[in-house]
Amino acid sequence: MSPRHESLRKAATVTIRLQREDFDAGAEAAQIARNRTDVGAVVTFAGICRDHEAGHGVAALTLEHYPGMAEEEIARHVAEAQARWPLLGVTVIHRYGRLVPGDNIVLVVTAAAHREAAFAAAAFLMDYLKTRAPFWKQEQRPDGAAWVDAKEADDAAAERWDRPSERDAAE
Amino acid sequence: MSVTLRYFAWVRERIGKTEEVVDLPAELRTVGDLVTWLAGRGEEYAHAFENPKVVRAAIDRSHVRPDTGIAGAREIAFFPPMTGG
Repeated sequence: MSPRHESLRKAATVTIRLQREDFDAGAEAAQIARNRTDVGAVVTFAGICRDHEAGHGVAALTLEHYPGMAEEEIARHVAEAQARWPLLGVTVIHRYGRLVPGDNIVLVVTAAAHREAAFAAAAFLMDYLKTRAPFWKQEQRPDGAAWVDAKEADDAAAERWDRPSERDAAE
Repeated sequence: MSVTLRYFAWVRERIGKTEEVVDLPAELRTVGDLVTWLAGRGEEYAHAFENPKVVRAAIDRSHVRPDTGIAGAREIAFFPPMTGG
């Protein structure tokens, strides 16, 4: 990298929000590369409330969270993602409260010069949000309300980032 | 030692409180000791901690393990495995 290029490097654009309100995934993806020309790849992941789960209907989801810790835990994982990949931007928005099928739940946007870092960091952040961020989903099912059980598949997805081979492959 | 305990999701529902301030006996050293002590406080606590391996904990907003010491903690939270995202 030339000294001139180095001097023009901008700090990564980091946004973390917890909110009841909806978000606009397209607007957030556009925002992350605004006022900078070093971004070559933007990956957007949106998690959406669906109307079924494992054979039963879901009329609504209620998301409970641990205020304070949720922000801090997400910030820790964003910092970890920034340490692992050369990211130019990260946006994480997680909603809480009552959501119905079709509603947005979570948004992760990652920006980098090249796609590999953006894809990997988005997957890393989602895997950790599923298993380490203090949020709990309660489903409204036809037979009543029930807390969602943690999935072993989600734990396995998060743990793969702890394996040295994954770390090496990602770097 | 006085500490704020916070409960979330079904741990909160079973205990019937979102939080409480308790004076902890000095002999409690770890998160695991605290869980055992809490489970003996009544039926609702016994129900919440009936499978202690399932319940997760955080001290001052950071995840901790059962063998983590609780000395100096201001806020200790208990909750089920997380299901966000």
